Amino acid sequence: MNLHEYQGKQLFAEYGLPVSTGYACDTPEETVAAVKKIGGDMWVVKAQVHAGGRGKAGGVKLIKSADEAKAFAQQWLGKNLVTYQTDANGQPVTKILVESCTDIADELYLGAVVDRSSRRIVFMASTEGGVEIEKVAHETPEKILRAEIDPLVGAQPYQARELAFKMGLQGVQIKQFTKIFLGLAKLFVEKDLALIEINPLVIKEDGDLHCLDAKLGVDGNALYRHKDLQAMEDPSQEDAREAEAAKWDLNYVALDGNIGCMVNGAGLAMGTMDIVALHGGFPANFLDVGGGATKERVAHAFKLILSDENVKAVLVNIFGGIVRCDMIAHGIVDAVKEVGVKVPVVVRLEGTNSELGKKVLDESGLDIIAAESLTDAAVQAVKAAGN
Amino acid sequence: MAVLIDRNTKVLCQGLTGGQGTFHTTQAIEYGTKMVGGVTPGKGGTTHLELPVFNTMAEAVEVTGADASVIYVPAAFCKDSILEAANSGVKLIVAITEGIPTLDMLEAKIRCDELGVRLVGPNCPGVITPGECKIGIMPGQIHLPGKVGIVSRSGTLTYEAVKQTTDAGFGQSTCVGIGGDPIPGTNFIDVLELFQNDPKTEAIVMIGEIGGTAEEEAAAFIKANVTKPVVSYIAGVTAPKGKRMGHAGAIISGGTGTADEKFEALEDAGVKTVRSLAEIGSAMAEITGW
Repeated sequence: MNLHEYQGKQLFAEYGLPVSTGYACDTPEETVAAVKKIGGDMWVVKAQVHAGGRGKAGGVKLIKSADEAKAFAQQWLGKNLVTYQTDANGQPVTKILVESCTDIADELYLGAVVDRSSRRIVFMASTEGGVEIEKVAHETPEKILRAEIDPLVGAQPYQARELAFKMGLQGVQIKQFTKIFLGLAKLFVEKDLALIEINPLVIKEDGDLHCLDAKLGVDGNALYRHKDLQAMEDPSQEDAREAEAAKWDLNYVALDGNIGCMVNGAGLAMGTMDIVALHGGFPANFLDVGGGATKERVAHAFKLILSDENVKAVLVNIFGGIVRCDMIAHGIVDAVKEVGVKVPVVVRLEGTNSELGKKVLDESGLDIIAAESLTDAAVQAVKAAGN
Repeated sequence: MAVLIDRNTKVLCQGLTGGQGTFHTTQAIEYGTKMVGGVTPGKGGTTHLELPVFNTMAEAVEVTGADASVIYVPAAFCKDSILEAANSGVKLIVAITEGIPTLDMLEAKIRCDELGVRLVGPNCPGVITPGECKIGIMPGQIHLPGKVGIVSRSGTLTYEAVKQTTDAGFGQSTCVGIGGDPIPGTNFIDVLELFQNDPKTEAIVMIGEIGGTAEEEAAAFIKANVTKPVVSYIAGVTAPKGKRMGHAGAIISGGTGTADEKFEALEDAGVKTVRSLAEIGSAMAEITGW
């Protein structure tokens, strides 16, 4: 789960990190009030969406009056912001963050992730802040400094000092950086984060370090033990069908194609998309009904797939292990009857009770294409979708 | 013997009296697995599925002399269960549970390593040596005792590979599901090394998926250390960037972790790769001449 910048900065403030004074506003009027509360003669207004690249897309603006804040809010609230990280529709803007203005002398980068290879939380720091860090990592990997955190003792001040000196920080900046580093490490562990990024971490004209942006991702598996973070979830940033799927414990990801896929198991669901593409088709979605699929879940999965109007054919690929194929077949029949499916449905059933499942489909009297094998299923589905 | 488990492996089940534990232990017993007991705190002294139930792992291992433990407890308690097992004296822990927080795994993995205990999973189908011992949730009947070692990050994709190698008559030495999480207890390299050293394993199927660089690291290991034929499939060529595809670990981030990169690394290591998961069995026949 991702957090908004303003939510990340609230957490930063709780952990003693230097952030700008700011207010997240729901209405244009609130932005005017925020400008007055902050004071001064220059502010920054930032559209809050779960995506990077907001600046270039016009979602961040330097303003010099309350009227400009209001105009910016009127322009963006309720609209979608399209950046290079979003899809063509963009992400809806429901809040505007109004912040005091920061003068910038230099821009650094500081981030942390759980690194799979070393099985550690790894911090990355770079003097190349304010740009896409993936690009820096690709073009000039030597400019990214790393520090691995030992899970048993946690982040240590010497690790922060090493990074700070290597980046050329001096004097009081070393202490400031150490405090930010240790605060971030504590935040990462205590809140079960998956990712944290301050890009840029700026050096102000007076030399002080300041967190200008905040990108945080939370480990979804750990949300159960963080009530405060649960409250930060913003369903408006999720695909509507993906959110609906989550309610039924279905893993669904919308794609651009026209062949709806319903599969048990995440790996097989990806493999099914791949084999569809290999035979010239275009998958409309990733959907894993899960190992503990029930008849009801299968029916919901079916409805979800068909709610995408691009879908011209449905491919059901089930390898029954713990899940019984006859149960899945009953779920399909119920769903097809209930929803009134108008597109061809290709079904491949394999494994536990697959013969029984095929019988259920045969006897249903519904127009279902039974596939003989995985390859046959993909070929039939592609044909049925008219590709 | 095959790798990790065989007909003599004595297995305990943590979470035996729960729904999952009961169902899968029943299946394991039917398959012939030597289940010797279970642990459910507070239910010690009772019996379940005709097996003794203990309050603690320490007591269970002391009484039964178990070698391995399989974990079906809910995610929130899984780290505790892994650590309890790791300190109980068993040498193999198979964690089936899905949804364990990543940071829990970082700590659990370190402790297991320090104690010299092999942890397989979490979020995995388990381990099976066909005809001898089944620890986990895989359907036993699709397996055939034989000569192909299978290692995979995905449950249902393992079943596909199993079915194809069974249909072709090759059978499997051992199948290890290492699980779909970002921090697996056992990784590809660990299992590849076991298969390379196992006389019963004559060829290897490795099934990977998008996310992370475990397949690239495995490819480097294969190039340097594996002399047996390897067939590999990577799921997720069509997966979009930045989206988590079901498994916690299956995400392409910052342009790394793509299926294409993994295919390339494996091909460079001399591995026979297939772009269609339906071709695992036929590719195996092709490179081994079986």
